[in-house]
Amino acid sequence: MKREKLAGKFGKSIVYVLLSVVALIWIYPFIWMITASLKTQDEFFASGLSLIPKSLNFDNYVRAWNNANFGVYFKNSIIVTVSVVVIVLLATSAAGYVMGRYAFVGKKLIMGIFMASITIPLVFTVIPIYELLKEMGLEQNLLGLILAEAGGGHVIFLMLFSSFYGGIPKELEEAATIDGSGFLKTYSSIMFPLAKPIMATVVIMQFIWTWNSFLLPLIVTLSRPELRTLAVGLYALRGENVVDWTGIAAGACIAVLPIILVFICLQRYFVDGVAGAVKS
Amino acid sequence: MKTKTTLAEFRSLNSVRKKRILRKNAWCWVFMLPTLLLYILFQGYPIITSAWYALLDWSGMTMNATYVGLGNFKELLADPLFYNSVANSFKYMALSVPIQLVLSLIIAYILTSIIRKGATVFRTMYFIPVVTTASIVGIIMIFIFGGTGPVNQLLSLLGIDTINFLGDEKTALFTVVLIGIWKDLGTYMIYWIAALQSVSQDVYEAAKIDGAGKFRTFTDVVFPLILPIGGVIAVLCVIGSLKVFDIVQTMTNGGPYFATDVVATFVYRTAYSSTTGSPRLGYASAAALLFGLMVVVIGLVLNGVKTYFNKKRNI
Repeated sequence: MKREKLAGKFGKSIVYVLLSVVALIWIYPFIWMITASLKTQDEFFASGLSLIPKSLNFDNYVRAWNNANFGVYFKNSIIVTVSVVVIVLLATSAAGYVMGRYAFVGKKLIMGIFMASITIPLVFTVIPIYELLKEMGLEQNLLGLILAEAGGGHVIFLMLFSSFYGGIPKELEEAATIDGSGFLKTYSSIMFPLAKPIMATVVIMQFIWTWNSFLLPLIVTLSRPELRTLAVGLYALRGENVVDWTGIAAGACIAVLPIILVFICLQRYFVDGVAGAVKS
Repeated sequence: MKTKTTLAEFRSLNSVRKKRILRKNAWCWVFMLPTLLLYILFQGYPIITSAWYALLDWSGMTMNATYVGLGNFKELLADPLFYNSVANSFKYMALSVPIQLVLSLIIAYILTSIIRKGATVFRTMYFIPVVTTASIVGIIMIFIFGGTGPVNQLLSLLGIDTINFLGDEKTALFTVVLIGIWKDLGTYMIYWIAALQSVSQDVYEAAKIDGAGKFRTFTDVVFPLILPIGGVIAVLCVIGSLKVFDIVQTMTNGGPYFATDVVATFVYRTAYSSTTGSPRLGYASAAALLFGLMVVVIGLVLNGVKTYFNKKRNI
């Protein structure tokens, strides 16, 4: 018995060592990126594997922010992401509400069509999306990109909201009706505020997806460099300038560190959402 | 409220109730409208239009488009670069899916059933690449796997010659696969954790009383139980791997010599990039349509296989 326990403890420490090695590999690129962004060009090429910069040097950030337009890209990323999150949240909550609580003509058909569209890759629809934006005259400003990014059926969010709203007891709604609330008022003042936990999941998931989105902003901003988001901006910088690796590292940090911070603070909601997606 | 009224029942109702039902339906559609518009404009309509573009010979730059029927498809089926990209997409899938699924399952099982202390910290660390921008990760990886990058410096410490990971036709696709696994492992880990958490604690207790170790408990008891959800996870993994674009585009542009050119990068290059001459939107749409169909068919087939096995198990 004692021997078994000892073996168990030994086995466990091996498991911990392995997990830590994998964790180190998983985190290494980010550590590399951060330290490279703080090194000078000479130090970067001379220092080899050493991760610790000799002194903290923020020139790379200044250069990326001003000369490489990352200030503009950052602003664009924020505007696009926040707008898309708001649009998607309001739209899917309303749709999820009626899908969860009411039987109405065409409900099953809509859900069926949305579900069937999930497997279709973005690369297939992106060409007409850009043509459509051009026809609507929206390809010249961020509004076009925002609408295109907010587009789609958002099946996961619809399911999350509809199962939540569907589970709210009828009595609550009846009480509101007796108090004289109409359809809209019952939703906006009673139901919508109750859905906060689902909203948190939707907000963080959509935030991360939109922030990281690449193909759509790449195509929409092909002829409009001033509309680039961070994800596209760094790709363009790398295309123009292969040598300035410390500047690229600084740009990458500007693009990636905010999203990692958001994730670490709110990860519970994100993980719940991803797990919910596979369960349903 | 949820009771659905059939048309015959509806006719027999009095006018007050008729009005109420109609009003309820109208409100429902008003609430659906924003989502419906977002779907129709940016997913539904593009799906149909793209299928139409596939029948045109059209550069996308001018208004002149000529209808060529199935001409684009005929040309595609004779285009070695298209075959190459389809083959690469499937190679990418075949290499990444098994490693991805097994590795993420092992980690998920360790984090849910073997260790307790620090499990959340490990989970967070493995998940960070998932939330970071793929295109940016791709660019960072160009240096990390580059000639003077950390990986090669480590190899030279071990006395191994420099490997041009992304620049050599022989290693490029495999390197992209490795980075893809690094990027997405966290997603599948979370899926598996969700599956494992659906297994009741009693099952583990019972296995323990029967004297099964952690490994036997997993292979004989837990794994068969999570297999149905595992099927869903496998389908998601296959579809996800076939859709890969961001990291390939940013790391290699499909090169060297098309060694990592997957269908998505083939379509992008044909439609928008001028390196292969003038852009061809119609031809690119046809390629995307053929490939989209393939993905849908694979999804349906895998789903069929999954339900077949699930049914068989229940008999």
